[in-house]
Amino acid sequence: MAAKELLRVENLKKYYPIKGGFLGRTVNFVKAVDDISFTVNEGETVSLVGESGCGKSTAGRAILHLEKPTAGEVIFEEVNLTTLSRDELRKIRKDMQIVFQDPFASLNPRQTVAQVLEEAMYIQNIVPPEGKRERVLDLLSKVGLAPYQADRYPHEFSGGQRQRIGVARALSLNPRLIICDEAVSALDVSIRAQILNLLKSLQREFHLTYLFISHDLGVVRHISDRIIVMYLGRIMEIADKHSLFDNPRHPYTRALLSAIPVPRPGSKKERIMLEGDVPSAIDPPQGCRFHTRCPYVKDNCRKDVPELRSAETNGGSHLVACHYFEEI
Amino acid sequence: MNLPAYNKSALVVWKKNLKSFWLIYSQNIMGLLGLGILTFFALMAIFGPYLVSITTLTIDGVTQVMHPPTSNYWLGTDDLGKDVFAGVIIGSRVSLLVGLAATAISMTIGTSIGIISGFYGKFTDTLLMRFTDVFLVIPWLPLMLVMAALLGPSLGNIIFVIGITSWAGTARIIRSQTLSIKERPYVERARAIGSGDGHIMIYHILPNVFPLIFANTVLVAAIAILSETTLSFLGMGDPTQVTWGMMLHFAFSMGAVSFGAWWWLLPPGICVVLVVLSFTFIGYALDEVLNPKLRRRDQ
Repeated sequence: MAAKELLRVENLKKYYPIKGGFLGRTVNFVKAVDDISFTVNEGETVSLVGESGCGKSTAGRAILHLEKPTAGEVIFEEVNLTTLSRDELRKIRKDMQIVFQDPFASLNPRQTVAQVLEEAMYIQNIVPPEGKRERVLDLLSKVGLAPYQADRYPHEFSGGQRQRIGVARALSLNPRLIICDEAVSALDVSIRAQILNLLKSLQREFHLTYLFISHDLGVVRHISDRIIVMYLGRIMEIADKHSLFDNPRHPYTRALLSAIPVPRPGSKKERIMLEGDVPSAIDPPQGCRFHTRCPYVKDNCRKDVPELRSAETNGGSHLVACHYFEEI
Repeated sequence: MNLPAYNKSALVVWKKNLKSFWLIYSQNIMGLLGLGILTFFALMAIFGPYLVSITTLTIDGVTQVMHPPTSNYWLGTDDLGKDVFAGVIIGSRVSLLVGLAATAISMTIGTSIGIISGFYGKFTDTLLMRFTDVFLVIPWLPLMLVMAALLGPSLGNIIFVIGITSWAGTARIIRSQTLSIKERPYVERARAIGSGDGHIMIYHILPNVFPLIFANTVLVAAIAILSETTLSFLGMGDPTQVTWGMMLHFAFSMGAVSFGAWWWLLPPGICVVLVVLSFTFIGYALDEVLNPKLRRRDQ
């Protein structure tokens, strides 16, 4: 099945200047996202995983242009977002939505649920005023909330219910792409499963595409089709779910996967313990970003930046950024 | 489908909020006292002028000049034989009106500058905040006097002068809160659905700084009423209007102190003190209600 490409990210970079010194000059940059490229096909779920501070959330925000990328291109449905004017960007926003991590902070405490949901319709002007109320109730039932809850304020809901509101809000514009930025991380396990299943069933119903940003590999395994592993602002490995979990090629991915707890008493699983801490994104290591902690490090890793290469003999889509993945 | 009536239930929610607000507020003795005094003066300003005869303010013959309180003139008469009691009642209307109108101007300017400054940041922020600093550090009394003198004595000018000199503190407070609110995820979310800056400021930031505006309004109102009295007392008021400040001004300049005419000097002064005190009490009580950290544990 030749899937249609929905989103293409090319050489995306996001640097944050560090002000300091005399007269507040820019002394250095935090290289939160440093040259990443990938594509997302229509109808699939792509996950962006990595530990805290690896730039996965920043990548999501830069793709949506909530923060202007420092360099690179974001091509959504063959439109290059980086070249759009403010107004054009505002119009195209209705096709790409975001669900945030914190269900408590991402809702305005002074808006009722109905107001939250109507706001987007009002701004993008896609539903006539008479139809708004009906659409609000429709959205609520889609995410499993009752119509009588429409005029309540966010503080009257539990965390899981709020996240449902967040999902309904993202759906209110009939988007093509939804970026879920740690959308289930703040929820407890049973609620998390509910929301994940909700996201999956909505995906089937509305033919949605998800870019799922998470640090939780269990969640990622449950929901994704393809997985992108990030470390310190760069992509280490891209592969489809089965290929990645069954046959991780990058040493970092292996370490990451070995950290998934196994819910079986007495199970002896070999854990790869990494030495040291994640280096600072202000002054990332030369060559391969991972070389300071890699158990297989060689001289070459300290000098040359590894490119993403196919790890399959037939040139398949399992890509790894490591000089020596064939040997390890 | 059975549609719940939108406006009705929104009203119910509002009523519920008001009720819980009142539950906390009514615990506060200071706040109740302030509210009581203010209600008294508000009723006085609204209905008082209809109750006292306007003729008591006209000159009433030489015999009744500077007369101490009698059963006829509850608070005595002034140097022209006008009834002080009637003056106090009629003066309450203009004094409160000037105070509230000036507060409205002050809060509008302060809130707009605060929100715009905090929201846009960078150069706009620097420019507006340095401008605010200027208004903060200029001694407000000389500034008001100079402006009042330049513009001439009329009620409109007094309102304008007080409004234009008292917004700086509000702007600072609103700016600091805006800085915090604009970083919250729901603001970013509003951007993600394509909201413009104006929409975000009006629908997301303004409602969330509103408690601050509310509490600050009360305190600014106290200052505005005091300023009106001060300006009038110093002779910058409108001489054709009866206000508490003008009464004090005439009492002072016509020698009420040396004559010992306490009935002329004290009532308008006490009224000003009580009104300002009531606003301050309400302000503190609101602060306690809106800021849970200040609430007493045992309540």
